[in-house]
Amino acid sequence: MGALFASITAGLAGTYIVSKRMVFLSGGISHASFGGIGIGYFAGINPVLGAAVFSILSALGIEYLSVRHKIREDSAIGILWAFGMATGIIFIYLTPGYTPNLMGYLFGSILTVTNTDIIALGIMSLILIIYFGVFYRTILYLSFDEMFARTYSVYVNIFKYVTTALVALTIVLNIRMAGVVLVISLLTIPPNIAMLFTKVYSRIIVLSVIAGFAGTAAGYIVAYFAGIPVGATIIFTLSVIWGAAKYINIVVKRSAPVKSSATGDRNN
Amino acid sequence: MACLFEMHSLSASYDNNIVLQDVNFRVGENDFIGVIGPNGGGKTTLLKIILGLIKPVKGTIVFNSDLIDRTGIGYLPQNPTGDINYPVTVTDVILSGMMMRKKIISRMSFSDRKRAGEVIEELGLTEVEGSSLNELSGGQLQRVYLGRAIIANPKLLLLDEPGNFVDSAFENDFYEKLKDLNNRMAILMVSHDIGIISSHVKSYACVNRGLHYHPSSEITNEQLLAYGCPIQLITHGEVPHTVLKYHN
Repeated sequence: MGALFASITAGLAGTYIVSKRMVFLSGGISHASFGGIGIGYFAGINPVLGAAVFSILSALGIEYLSVRHKIREDSAIGILWAFGMATGIIFIYLTPGYTPNLMGYLFGSILTVTNTDIIALGIMSLILIIYFGVFYRTILYLSFDEMFARTYSVYVNIFKYVTTALVALTIVLNIRMAGVVLVISLLTIPPNIAMLFTKVYSRIIVLSVIAGFAGTAAGYIVAYFAGIPVGATIIFTLSVIWGAAKYINIVVKRSAPVKSSATGDRNN
Repeated sequence: MACLFEMHSLSASYDNNIVLQDVNFRVGENDFIGVIGPNGGGKTTLLKIILGLIKPVKGTIVFNSDLIDRTGIGYLPQNPTGDINYPVTVTDVILSGMMMRKKIISRMSFSDRKRAGEVIEELGLTEVEGSSLNELSGGQLQRVYLGRAIIANPKLLLLDEPGNFVDSAFENDFYEKLKDLNNRMAILMVSHDIGIISSHVKSYACVNRGLHYHPSSEITNEQLLAYGCPIQLITHGEVPHTVLKYHN
């Protein structure tokens, strides 16, 4: 069930970040969340809760700094990425005693996924399905052309912040599975596999969920029998699936008959 | 002629610099107004105020019932900012123009899709309706953005420097299309090149911080100077050409 919910959340949020070219932003969010994990350990609260708060604040902070204070978005990401990691390391160092799950948070460990984590992922799946279902066109068009969207809606910033916060939560809830360092691949590889076969946004979401589930399940099985880390194996498996899909895509394109091009007067 | 909107003593600024000052302007149904003036004179700001993207620092803009909440406005930006590699089809992009009337919750009905089909056929895009934007030629891309601007049957169409955007192969078709559209909607067309738009518009709004309305398609250099628009007639070879001073 965990793998299914992880695939649904990663498929929906991943399609959004890949289409909108927000992969680097999402990488920043996932690494910044490590600060929340460190503070969670230090304060004796659930590290995932700490990571959730930290990641949402980081995500909104990056948007705020880049929009309101005209700091380049990649610079804002770089600052908060490093700040989060540094904060996490300092607070973990200050925490008395041994912290046994640290490697699990950094590189993922499906064996440490609790029932609470699965329930949280299930709720997140439901929230994302409803959100994307109700506001599908709004999200699609806002991501495609934000400037134009501002001419017909005064809610553009609200949608941007809410969607970014949902992406941040999705990242945090999948950290147990793939870890802070690898989780971004769980969100980016499945949509990239899907985009090799379709250009339609809704189909990309569905194919991403399927590809994500196939990669996660296969990775888990391989890791179980080989006795190797699950998070890394899932990402490795997804990467192999992407490589195979890309090869198939190239072969199919080469063997397809050349159609009369619509791009003939591209340079007009 | 029924009035679509009126500006009263309107001023606008960027970072405390006044861009438009004390503008009074009225646009009626079936108007076809060329908005002319030098760079930085406030032409695009004027459109942004009409679209609600900039709030005036002084004065008011009053819309009639067809444009309340700006639902009856179509807009073709100077440089469309859509990502051509985004996973969206030609039909979807044209349908996005319906958002002008739909706001937040945005299901597309059968009649919306039927209307999109009509626009696609009208603009000669049937062959590429399922294509991504990165598969289109420049001319096809321009038709797609024009389709997005007109799909919702606006009462007012705003065009920002379409001369920069329209390729030569599409130019004649484009202005013919505008003439046809003007039978059912008012058009405000921003341009720095009077030579191109003079045979299409019915009147001018000369914008250079202030706004002077000129109620005829014929305008002389002296009148332009009197309106505070530093525009002049020049000649390329044997061809008289009315352009801004900075034109090469």
